[in-house]
Amino acid sequence: MSKSISRDNRVSPLWAIVSAPAVWAVHFLASYLTAAIFCAKLADSDGSAGEVQLAVMSYTVIALLLIAAIGASGFRRHHHGRHSTSHDDSGRDAQRRMIGFATFLLACLSAVATLFTALVLVFVGTCH
Amino acid sequence: MRPELIDDVSQSALDPAGVGATQIVDLFHWMVGGGVVIWLIVVGLSVYSIVVPGGHRPRLTKTLVIGGGAVVPTVVLSSLLCYALAMLPELHRPPPSDSPTVKVNGVRWWWRVQYQTDDGRTIETANEIRLPVDEAVEFKLTSEDVIHSFWIPSLGGKVDMIPGRETRLKLYPTRVGKFRGVCAEYCGTAHAQMRFDVTVMPRPEFNRWLSNQSSDAREPSQQSAIRGGELFRRKGCGACHTIRGTDARGRVGPDLTHLASRSSLGAATKPNNTENLRHWITHTHHVKPGVTMPAFQALDEREVDAIVAYLEQLH
Repeated sequence: MSKSISRDNRVSPLWAIVSAPAVWAVHFLASYLTAAIFCAKLADSDGSAGEVQLAVMSYTVIALLLIAAIGASGFRRHHHGRHSTSHDDSGRDAQRRMIGFATFLLACLSAVATLFTALVLVFVGTCH
Repeated sequence: MRPELIDDVSQSALDPAGVGATQIVDLFHWMVGGGVVIWLIVVGLSVYSIVVPGGHRPRLTKTLVIGGGAVVPTVVLSSLLCYALAMLPELHRPPPSDSPTVKVNGVRWWWRVQYQTDDGRTIETANEIRLPVDEAVEFKLTSEDVIHSFWIPSLGGKVDMIPGRETRLKLYPTRVGKFRGVCAEYCGTAHAQMRFDVTVMPRPEFNRWLSNQSSDAREPSQQSAIRGGELFRRKGCGACHTIRGTDARGRVGPDLTHLASRSSLGAATKPNNTENLRHWITHTHHVKPGVTMPAFQALDEREVDAIVAYLEQLH
């Protein structure tokens, strides 16, 4: 019981805010590196890049699942405590709600950015 | 009196005469439409929040802020992105293997243009590109010095020309006419005067033009032109310019073999006429600051007349 209370009183870690954009950044790098290496080393003479599209779709599913989990965690923190709790007090509850809200909003933004990155490679589909 | 400017040809991306340019104009119109929708919703909600007196219901406020400020812009932008991306595969698809190929080198501040003839010969011209209508044409683009960008707004998108690399562009002109090409990447003093003429013509006319361009320069027959040819050699012009069929084989400046058949001078800076040609030779840097060619102000009137006569018979 005391352990549970102690966990509840902890302030959310700041790195939670940047975790969703970090997933988007890794997805971006992985997608373009895969396309660049495939097109430089493995592409057929007709330049089709179906394998790259498959790989990027896989990366995208994984990235979106991670971002959804991070967003859900942020949303839970945001709803911690009473509804009237402020976001900008110095108290632990307020910090927790503020970090949770920022994490949730950045997760939404990262999900859109990840989809936009994937769309380019899915639509283009060639090395030309 | 300054010679007249060239402004009688289309340089507008909103006046499409090619497949790529038409798609870009469509995309532009959709982008403007989408931008207007987002602007109206966001500004409309802002005005509503200010103008409507009294408090607003929290639930409605939250819905309007999230819906109008985030969801609608994201949906509109995503739709526009999908519409634009769907165009890319066709625009990037290489042209058929038997399509004409034009090599263009960007040089500060002019364009070296090379055509391949059916018998495998390379024909060089400068600052002028002619294309057959209703045919895909592939451009192979590179640069001899700094980064330039090749753009014919009425025919399609632009592509950078990078030293040491070859970039490609496919254009498909659909309307006969004259158009303006430009360098779209700042490249130095005379960047704004690094332009070129583009003429789209029916295939038989294009074949006749290419056949004429593939021939050597005609021998001068009039006395003043013969003297001009001698002066051209004696003054060292051949060290920088090529005139095929003569011993002028310079590669620093544009090929002048068929100079008189071109519609402009100095990379589409001035119309190609006697007055402008004289002015170019004697006051080169007044016409185009920064250009490599020195001004030949030491030539007397009769020498200039003779050289102009020689160049004007190079049809």
